Order: sequence, then structure tokens, then C-alpha cells
Amino acid sequence: MNPAAERDVAAEVVDLRVPSRAEWVALVRLATAAVANRMQFSIEDIEDVKLAVAEACTAVIQHPNHGEYIDVTCEALADALHVRVRDSGRPATDAQAVRALDFDEARVAGLGVFLIRTLMDEVRYDVHPDSGTDLRMRKQLPGRPS
Amino acid sequence: MDIKVHVREAPGDCYVVDLSGEIDVYTSPKVKDAIGELIDRGVYHLVINLEKVRYIDSTGLGVLIGGLKRVREHGGSVHLVCTNPQIKKIFDITGLVKIFGIFDSEDAAMKALA
Repeated sequence: MNPAAERDVAAEVVDLRVPSRAEWVALVRLATAAVANRMQFSIEDIEDVKLAVAEACTAVIQHPNHGEYIDVTCEALADALHVRVRDSGRPATDAQAVRALDFDEARVAGLGVFLIRTLMDEVRYDVHPDSGTDLRMRKQLPGRPS
Repeated sequence: MDIKVHVREAPGDCYVVDLSGEIDVYTSPKVKDAIGELIDRGVYHLVINLEKVRYIDSTGLGVLIGGLKRVREHGGSVHLVCTNPQIKKIFDITGLVKIFGIFDSEDAAMKALA
């Protein structure tokens, strides 16, 4: 998965920046669904992408040190949709991580990650101590060679 | 984007919670409050009707799991009514289909409570 290289091939790029707040997740969901719809994904695949992207945004919002904004980039390639969700927050401290485990929400967060991994074809998750988290996902268009 | 919650009493110490709309990180607290309020009042048998729910994410699933956990402490149950294939798929892939009773109609869900 190399979005930068594939962008040269013929990607159409949609960038979106929303505040890291729950009320904005629906907008990200709808925008991503619109891109997937333009690419002629099936309704089922569009729903998969919507949910995966929303789960990524939800994970950011529920993170104790999330940044002020979430940056979402959709790259519509000939054979696949790449979605990148970035947050400029800092990783949780050990104390925060331990505290999170005390709540049922920790289990739900695990469910979100599970859904992302199940619904998308490729997922890569990077955490940078200085620049925040960076989640990249790929959904293959059925019938198009990758 | 919003969720509409309607609670109504049904025969046999049971309440039905009708949900309509989208359940996500923004709207799920409203669902959690409605379910929590019923359980606080001593209602431990719930039918949650998801027929008009177009979307649910992990926070929505978390609310349903939390409700189920609380009523089970009192010997209660949560039955779901769900006909949307995409939402059924989410219950399938997360394995939650094994812990909830999931039914195609409210009648079937009510009969299973009896």
C-alpha cells in the first residue's frame, strides 16, 4: 500500500479536516460513502467503508490525548479506495492506558479495531510519539486487478 | 443525523425500545440513557427494535452489550429485532449474534421472552 506512488497513476484525492468531536463523525462517514459511491463500490462495500472510517474517527475521539482535528484523506484509485485517518494527539500515558482498561469502553474500543480489520482489505496503523496516529486502510474494488 | 428513541410497555413485565435513525458515538448516549433508565426502574426484560436503525457502530454495540450485562445480573434478557442485512452482518462478524437473541419480528422476540 503506497498511496503516494499510486497517486501518480491516477488517484483522485479528497481531503477532509473535522474537529475531533463526536458530532462530526457523521460528516466523515457521509463524505467517505460519497467517494466510495462515485467509485461504484457495491452498497455492502460502501457500508463497510463507512463503518471502518467512522470507527477510526471514534477511536481518535475516545483517545484521552486526541488532537483538535482529525484529518481524513480519501484516494480514489482505479482499483481501490485508500483512506487515511490522522490525528495529531499524543499516545496515552501508561497511567491513562491502565485507567482505560477499568472501563467497559476499553472492550468496545477493541471491537472498533476488530471491525476495521475485518471490513477493510488492508490496514496499517502507525503511532508517532511526536506527530500522532496515522491509520491507513484499503478497500479493493471487486473485479479490478490490484 | 439523529436517533429517535421511543419506549413502550408490553405485556409480561417487558418493555419495547423502538430505535430509529443512526447509532454512533454521538447518538449512542441517548440510547444508553433510555435503556439505563428502564433498568434503574426494575425493568429487566427488554425488546429493542432496530428495524428502523440504518447504522450502528461499536459504541452502539457497546450500549447494547452494557444493557444486556446489567439485566442478566437480575435474570433478565435483551432481545433484538433486526431485519437490516448490514446491521445483521455487524452482529454476525462480531459474534454478538451468539449472545443476543436476534429476531426478524417483534412478535417473535416477544414470544421468545415468554
